[in-house]
Amino acid sequence: MKAIRKFISGDDAVAEAVRLASPDFIAAYPITPQTVVVERLSEMVEDGSLVSEFMHVESEHSALSACMGASAMGVRTFTATSSQGLLYMAECLPYASGGRFPIVMMNGNRSVALPWSIYGDHRDSLSQLDSGWIQIYVEDAQESLDMTIQAFAIAENAEVLTPVMINLDGFLLTHTYELVEIPEKDIVGSWLAPVDNPYAMNFDNPRNMGFSSQPSDNTEFKYQQHKAVEDSRKIILETEKSFEQIFGRSYGGLAAGFMCDDAEFIIITLGSVTGTCRTVVRELRKEGIKAGLIKIRFMRPFPTDEIIGLTTNAKAIAVLDRDISFGYEGTVFTNVNSALARTHNDILKMNYIAGLGGRDIPKESIREIFKELEEGLTTRPDKAVKFLNLNVETDEKYSDSEDNSTQHHREGVLLWS
Amino acid sequence: MTEIRWHGRGGQGAFTASKLFGEAVALYGGLHALAFPSFGPERRGAPVLAFTKISAEKIEDRSDIRKCDYIVILDESLFDGNFINDLKPEGKIIINTSLPDKYKNHYDKRIIAVDATGISSSVLGKPIANTAMTAVLASVSGIAEPLILYKALKHYFKDELLRKNMEIITRTFDISQNIIRQ
Repeated sequence: MKAIRKFISGDDAVAEAVRLASPDFIAAYPITPQTVVVERLSEMVEDGSLVSEFMHVESEHSALSACMGASAMGVRTFTATSSQGLLYMAECLPYASGGRFPIVMMNGNRSVALPWSIYGDHRDSLSQLDSGWIQIYVEDAQESLDMTIQAFAIAENAEVLTPVMINLDGFLLTHTYELVEIPEKDIVGSWLAPVDNPYAMNFDNPRNMGFSSQPSDNTEFKYQQHKAVEDSRKIILETEKSFEQIFGRSYGGLAAGFMCDDAEFIIITLGSVTGTCRTVVRELRKEGIKAGLIKIRFMRPFPTDEIIGLTTNAKAIAVLDRDISFGYEGTVFTNVNSALARTHNDILKMNYIAGLGGRDIPKESIREIFKELEEGLTTRPDKAVKFLNLNVETDEKYSDSEDNSTQHHREGVLLWS
Repeated sequence: MTEIRWHGRGGQGAFTASKLFGEAVALYGGLHALAFPSFGPERRGAPVLAFTKISAEKIEDRSDIRKCDYIVILDESLFDGNFINDLKPEGKIIINTSLPDKYKNHYDKRIIAVDATGISSSVLGKPIANTAMTAVLASVSGIAEPLILYKALKHYFKDELLRKNMEIITRTFDISQNIIRQ
């Protein structure tokens, strides 16, 4: 397979992938840390390396609305956003999935205000988990490129016809430069089938776009949407397999296990922190600790069976969430817990809230998590949710000894009174 | 893994230098590299940081750089004696200064001082020292030969500017080699 290698950022890699997939229509509004994607695409359209209708819009709400209009005509469409932009277009997200428009969107994961922050976490995309979109998370620039191309194949598959959101951690992926292999456009063009939407609207087949429903049929619409996302599991795996045959790269389906076969302690991740965790798992293995890692690649459809299978021998698992659903727990944890509740109720399950608003997640902290999992088997902490490297004293008890928690309690009172 | 931290001011090309060096070793040196700026808003003239991670293996750890193998300072006014504490045991500071002798016997010879601005000015007629500093780093670290820096330069410059920047790299690399031998 012929390809060129370039030293580019995650944003650049997404733009390159879009150039290769060659959508007929693009509408996007720039927002940090996604801006570079929009800039590159407009440059490509300008210099002719990408032939596409690039529509300048005044907001993200309009960007996705315009994509729906174009997609309804049966053409390939792309948009990109981040954080507040995603929330601003939120009204249109269920419209796009309910209308079964196979739009592909890149989201540069960024925290949501307030406090206003341009730095990365998953609170933007996870807040839209129920919007009906397929959600992909990646860990490096090559995977960003490969999955953006695959996203079109998945979304546009006649059995799926569901929009796909591909998520890149803000800055850690969007603004980090690394080596990326860029396949030739002709090869991508022959691998990626042209859009063939059986429900495309045109003069011969006039259709209703913003349709309404009655109580008698709404459930059936929603059931079909649910079934399409459930059925996409098979298409996702087939797409990955056929992509691998041509391009030589694959990433392990909906959830990829690393050293999980005999693992007693498993950390479960989403996005760019996966690599850091993999490095730690390798180190721990050399020290004789049976550590493992599960990288969740798709949050919807959720890899229930994969996670159950990979945790067969686990005694304790930790879910690393760059997100918190206030008053409960991290959203990834809720989903993992629900899967494990089917079979693995005896496993110790811990939730670490980390990397909010761009905070670094150092290797030492990952090692500490594994240590706490091991200790947790004896102490059985009564609280599952813990904020990693929290800089305020709390009165909450985790696995601290009684003396320590008393001390924390006193300082907590001082701090908050 | 070799971990490099670059200090400059907005507009001096510290991030471009971090990228150029990473690009050279990754595309033409058979190594793996990550290059990234200090994330956040950009302002001309404000102190900026950039980073390069280099390894023979694929780099998966995306956490912050804590201890550095090299701290490269494009603008002398940003130098802080405490930087020595941010170095690994064998780590070195590389500084651009018009008065290299000033740093000669400080910090157990862990500072390499080169008048990169002087070299750049004489070749380019402009005090832009970022490409020169990649040559100093190449020489001090032994990670890159000038040849792979030339190749990477071609992605950034053309014609006259390319030729002049190649000359800057050649001259700075040679001067650095002499400094190291002393």
